[in-house]
Amino acid sequence: MAHGPSQNFFSRWLFSTNHKDIGTLYLWFSFAMFLLGGAFAMIIRAELFQPGMQLIQPEFFNQMTTMHGLVMVFGAIMPAFVGLANWMIPMMIGAPDMALPRMNNLSFWILPFAFAILVATLFMEGGGPNFGWTFYAPLSTTYAPDTVNYFIFGVHIMGASSIMGSINIIATVMNMRAPGMTYMKMPLFVWTWVITAFLLVAVMPVLAGAVTMMLMDINFGTSFFDAAGGGDPVLFQHVFWFFGHPEVYIIILPAFGVVSQIIPTFSRKPLFGYSSMVYATASIAFLSFIVWAHHMFTVGMPIAGELYFMYATMLIAVPTGVKVFNWVTTMYKGALTFETPMLFSIAFVILFTFGGFTGMMLSIAAADTQYHDTYFVVAHFHYVMVAGAVFSGTAAVYYWLPKWCGKMYDETMGKLQFWIAFIAFNITFMPQHFLGLAGMPRRYSDYGLQFADWNMVSSIGAFMYGGAQLLFLFNVIRTIGWGKPIDDPKVWEGAEGLEWTLPTPAPFHTFSTPPIVK
Amino acid sequence: MSTEGSYYVPEQSKLPLAAALGMGTMAFGAASWVIEGGTSTVFLIGTAIMAAVMYKWWSIVIEENTQGIVSDQLKYSYVLGMYWFIFSELMFFVCFFGSLFYVRVLVGPWLGGEAAIGVFDDTATDAAIANATHLWNEYDPTWPPLITPDQTVNAEGAKFVGPQEAMSFPGWERLGSWLPLYNTIVLISSSLTVDKAHHALKDGNRQAFIRWLGLTVFLGGVFLVLQAEEYVHAYKELGLTLDSGIYGTTFFLLTGFHGAHVTLGTIMLLISFLRGLKGHFNETDHFGFEAAAWYWHFVDVIWIGLFFIVYVFD
Repeated sequence: MAHGPSQNFFSRWLFSTNHKDIGTLYLWFSFAMFLLGGAFAMIIRAELFQPGMQLIQPEFFNQMTTMHGLVMVFGAIMPAFVGLANWMIPMMIGAPDMALPRMNNLSFWILPFAFAILVATLFMEGGGPNFGWTFYAPLSTTYAPDTVNYFIFGVHIMGASSIMGSINIIATVMNMRAPGMTYMKMPLFVWTWVITAFLLVAVMPVLAGAVTMMLMDINFGTSFFDAAGGGDPVLFQHVFWFFGHPEVYIIILPAFGVVSQIIPTFSRKPLFGYSSMVYATASIAFLSFIVWAHHMFTVGMPIAGELYFMYATMLIAVPTGVKVFNWVTTMYKGALTFETPMLFSIAFVILFTFGGFTGMMLSIAAADTQYHDTYFVVAHFHYVMVAGAVFSGTAAVYYWLPKWCGKMYDETMGKLQFWIAFIAFNITFMPQHFLGLAGMPRRYSDYGLQFADWNMVSSIGAFMYGGAQLLFLFNVIRTIGWGKPIDDPKVWEGAEGLEWTLPTPAPFHTFSTPPIVK
Repeated sequence: MSTEGSYYVPEQSKLPLAAALGMGTMAFGAASWVIEGGTSTVFLIGTAIMAAVMYKWWSIVIEENTQGIVSDQLKYSYVLGMYWFIFSELMFFVCFFGSLFYVRVLVGPWLGGEAAIGVFDDTATDAAIANATHLWNEYDPTWPPLITPDQTVNAEGAKFVGPQEAMSFPGWERLGSWLPLYNTIVLISSSLTVDKAHHALKDGNRQAFIRWLGLTVFLGGVFLVLQAEEYVHAYKELGLTLDSGIYGTTFFLLTGFHGAHVTLGTIMLLISFLRGLKGHFNETDHFGFEAAAWYWHFVDVIWIGLFFIVYVFD
């Protein structure tokens, strides 16, 4: 086993202890979930294509919005970045593998079981979770279908997977760096991931606590979220968002890391302001713990609380601004070329910044009273989740795929996918800002006639965007199967870092003897 | 066994997949069990799978260590793993302590009619304030709450009925019969004895190590028995149950999860004890025991927090 993967297909992929194979498993799983969550989104947009109930029942619509959010956040985006971390962190820091290889495989294999349980609820009596991906009590307790219990335990084991995966990443980065690879020499992708892992270890247990309280309230007579017993439904929101706000940075920080690798490569310049990037990432992580109630401005908090959470939230714009400034300045006077990963990264910078600005609008407590729970919020977080996390994940796959499999993807097809995705994304989500500002609430299966035009536009964009993902899948499969072989270790002219000193394609075992970093 | 350079990368293993299967079965089984009419069969099957996997997994890790293929660097990975695992456990308790703080300091007074404070300003109408204030008539938000908001409105028909008495500090004259005090003494002593065992092991005094560790396991057992007795007392004599509104809710969840962690810690120490009897540890190489000891100190620290916040400062 020392020299290559097992020849037996099943034993290679089921019993792996290899960071590259496990990374591949994560990436394929997340893409499968991405298509499933995307299918749910297509159902939602098909129903909303025209006013009135067209295709599905409102009850099923609720299940679709809930499952779309859960599958995309926990099944698609998070595992995709864990997959990238598995592949790249050992190669970037000169380690032979992850610190705890068997636990690594356990972290992955929990996910298919967790999502099988979650998706199975759709076929059970009472249907799947229908209370929104934020599962606010009492919708998720008093008024929930029985299947909520499957959701609760599914979240429990999924959280265990995340915690183990994160501990593994922290141990790898702290313990496995090659000699000379000091913390302030680590590639930014590694930095963003280790901070993300810290966030995960800190807040996943809080999510476990939240679902445990739900479980107790539903089945064992406690009254955490019931005012009749002296509890408070708003307590759920506090606990959930104490997890939930760091969670959104858990999703976006690795995306920052990816973009911080790609932009210097195609600008042929080192990253501008490396140390300020590191400190900005750490600041964002710290701030994420003290801003959670900006998700709850309309719940009836004391004015002092509203003001505190408003100002604290606005502070996040400072380190985020530092990052955007650094990306732009890295490109300034660079020798730029526009390969597919770079296109996605530039789109990331522009559209993520746009999403950040709508975030600033939402952070104003008084203004949020108008925007709260409207399509404006939906548009805002899809700008940061899709144009942010998904675009950067796509960029990462195009950027590193040649290194992984030693074959070049089809650049024309990649660019075509980019332009369809970029245009379709904006057609889908830009109009949702207008809908939200005009007062259309989120999560409704039907709407007033005044919202009809923009909803139709949005749905057309969504179908186009979905189509672009099939092109992505096709391009990746085509590359792995029939791509043009390459053997240049650097792949990209401007690429810097340990991972590019390895042969292409990357051998099964790399850095068995650690390199010396000067 | 393949050794990759200086760091040991293990062979392929069936255990992770089996563990995931066990966890998935447990999760599915637990959910179907709590739903009305469900049974525990699937959950128990999952638990059995998990138990078998854990036994096998740790046997392999111990075996690897005995063979000497575990380098110092790999050991440090295990150390880091344990640090951050304990940190995640700490955050789990932070979640429940935070919830207790929120309901005690904020929710209680709001339900008791102070809803107007802070939330409404001078421009609020009387009707709006009255609406927010009088949802739960006559609720007295002092802690511990012996009468739930539910009872103030629904009297006999209430779903949540407060306890006759809380678990609070009973006054100096009844101190001698106050179980939490004994539990505190037992647990703090056990933290000292486990430390004694650790030092004895480092000094190479195996006999003393086994004696002190055995005593620690015994004290862990005593704590659990006393805790069970306290629960029986609460249910039978004080009417303090999970249904007793927010006081019973927070009391049982905080002490219950702590008790679950003490159980886990006791099992970890018991295994270390049995391994010690088999001669497994030596002066410099005993991380299996050390990790269990850290975990034990952690549950002790949580208990001190519980003792003051849940029992003393009422």
